[in-house]
Amino acid sequence: MRGNGADAILRSLEAEGVDIAFGLPGGAILPLYDAFARGTTVRHVLARHEQGAGHMAEGYARASGRAGVAIATSGPGATNLVTPIADAWMDSTPLVCITGQVRRHLIGSDAFQECDITGITIPIVKHSWLVQDVEELPHVIKAAFHVARTGRCGPVLVDVPRDIQEAELDFSYPETVSLPGWKPPRRGHERQILAAANAIAAAERPILYVGGGVLNADATEELRALAETARLPVVTTLMAKSGFPETHELHVGWPGMHGPKWSNWALNKADLLVAVGSRFDDRVTGKVSAFAPGATVVHLDIDAAEISKIRHADVPVVGPLKPILARLTQLVRESMQPGRTEPWLRQIAEWKDQFPLRYNPEGDMLKPQLVLETLQELTAGRDDVVWTTGVGQHQMWAMQYLLCDRPRSFITSGGLGTMGYGIPAAIGAKAARPDATVVCVDGDGCFQMTQQELATSVLEDLPIVVVIVNNGYLGMVRQWQDMFFEERFSQINLTHTVPDYAALARAYGAAGFTVESADDLEGALAEAIACGRTAVVDARVDPREHCFPMIPAGAAALDLVEFQDTVAEVTT
Amino acid sequence: MRHTLSILVENKPAVLMRVTSLFARRGFNIESLAVGPTAQHDVSCITIRVDCESSPLEQIEKQMHKLVNVLRVAELVPGESIERELVLMKVAAPPNKRAELMALGEVFNARVVDLGPDSIVFELTGPPEDCDSFEELVRPHGLQELVRTGRIGLGRAQRPNHNRPRQRVLA
Ligand SMILES: Cc1ncc(C[n+]2csc(CCOP(=O)(O)OP(=O)(O)O)c2C)c(N)n1
Ligand SMILES: [Mg+2]
Repeated sequence: MRGNGADAILRSLEAEGVDIAFGLPGGAILPLYDAFARGTTVRHVLARHEQGAGHMAEGYARASGRAGVAIATSGPGATNLVTPIADAWMDSTPLVCITGQVRRHLIGSDAFQECDITGITIPIVKHSWLVQDVEELPHVIKAAFHVARTGRCGPVLVDVPRDIQEAELDFSYPETVSLPGWKPPRRGHERQILAAANAIAAAERPILYVGGGVLNADATEELRALAETARLPVVTTLMAKSGFPETHELHVGWPGMHGPKWSNWALNKADLLVAVGSRFDDRVTGKVSAFAPGATVVHLDIDAAEISKIRHADVPVVGPLKPILARLTQLVRESMQPGRTEPWLRQIAEWKDQFPLRYNPEGDMLKPQLVLETLQELTAGRDDVVWTTGVGQHQMWAMQYLLCDRPRSFITSGGLGTMGYGIPAAIGAKAARPDATVVCVDGDGCFQMTQQELATSVLEDLPIVVVIVNNGYLGMVRQWQDMFFEERFSQINLTHTVPDYAALARAYGAAGFTVESADDLEGALAEAIACGRTAVVDARVDPREHCFPMIPAGAAALDLVEFQDTVAEVTT
Repeated sequence: MRHTLSILVENKPAVLMRVTSLFARRGFNIESLAVGPTAQHDVSCITIRVDCESSPLEQIEKQMHKLVNVLRVAELVPGESIERELVLMKVAAPPNKRAELMALGEVFNARVVDLGPDSIVFELTGPPEDCDSFEELVRPHGLQELVRTGRIGLGRAQRPNHNRPRQRVLA
């Protein structure tokens, strides 16, 4: 098939089964957009900012399990993609970015909108290509998808000079890729899996500490089988949220800085920690030496570089989680003594009763926690809801109060903590799951970082519901200043009223609701969720609420600060 | 502690940057770095000398393994590998000092590659430690300029594949 480089990119995307791409055009990528105009089965969603396009592609990837595709022009278009690329890097989200570059003879001359995007992104991509020969293009695209999706998932970038997009070639899509240096592990070592099974059988207080890897590996069924077979309690990190049914009796909440006390206690009193696609992030461990100090560690991960990076692994198993967990379940079924973990499970259940999440429901203002509780009540039992969040207090409340049973139904920026992630990620998730009701739980600060994508949501018919937990502040920063900087509030006041979010929503053609009292809350949320169009609920809440419990950064997990505790001399 | 890594890479653009960025992000300084072709067409060898603790280095090695263009990473273990370096140095050598300097060079098998009215240029190839010693001995005489290639190395010849330095087992 004769065509130019731009055609080759689209034919390659089609061959990869890509049905949607998110982007925004500009000079150096014009030939590709011309190819879009000439016809393709790939739907293009026009974002209002390339960062939005990148997060949409991430949201799409996280909701679907497939690689997301983002497209931008050279220079500022490409640099606007840097945040989503870093985000995808930290959260192991498969993302393929295609950027235009200035013509080859101009590269290196500081040409208009030239920027060395492959250079800028080196530390945050799995790999990148600056295409130098049009004949290479199909191979590069094939390799890009292959690298993004195999091994530990993550972002890749393909930078295509404009003259390459215009050059002619005879297109054929390669069937295989040749990447001699790319050798992700294919299977876990049988002896190591056996050692892991023995460790589980011998433990009295085992716990599965599950990370986002289990979702990327599509291994949630296998995880559940293991937990049920061996009767193991399961904590899921923020990234693993929805990777194990949260209404399941074996689910023990979420570890880390804002995890419930009982979850952190269960982790810390365990004598065996089975880390499954998790990476001992500092927001999970707190002070590493005080994290599950008495536990033997089994670490299952696709990425050898995670083994013993933070915490020594007594039994490392490197390889794809799906078959490893399946094999482990088989072995455990044979060796496990029935009922062995019941006393431990009873102990954890006691802690759960003893240490529920608490807040003071009294007061003159709507409480943020009530917003989340109400959302949970309104959606309980539904398996067609997908949540996304921004970053801050509202995100942590969302983690604590929303119970997600279906895999890939909670999508948030974990590793990078990117404010503004929620709205575009929700749009991407909606594209991946058109049947689902996608709700973004956002902060007022986060909302203002990517609100312009409401236009994308409305005009591209990708309706989402945005619930702003509007505390009028950069609330999480306020909490830290309150707790750790002697209440010296500095540059955090956003106000509840500027902008008027409901009016802004209406200006974008979306539905807008303002809620100021508990009485109006449920009705507005229910209507927004049911209305079937893009809707924004501005829930004006009490800014004085802190998110508890909290393990101060670097503190031991058991030294968590609870609701109503006075905060004395906590170090950061 | 100092370590020498021998890294086989595909000869592709930016591969050196990808490898060195793993050190740079941690603020580790690279002491020496040598890149050149190998017996295999399209494969280059990067030899990196760094001063860092073993545990971050192991972490960096594992991260290197994940780079698409990296084919193999090995640490050159002292005693089990041969390491060499080349030095060129220009030393002040007024006529009355020449003989002394040349005798010194002979001890180290340093060759005189250029001779001027008041300076000598020595070339020395050898174990990096010998280069250090020679440099120290010559320095008092007035070392005017010095360049070193950075070390390169191979596993010892008795090993089955002599182009394959001893590899520390990575998890
Ligand atoms: C892009 C970006 N800038 C700054 C921060 C630091 N930060 C973390 S949470 C937060 C406050 C978020 O405010 P808001 O969206 O209103 O959420 P709230 O905490 O009030 O629920 C800030 C500024 C960040 N995570 N991301
Ligand atoms: Mg806020």
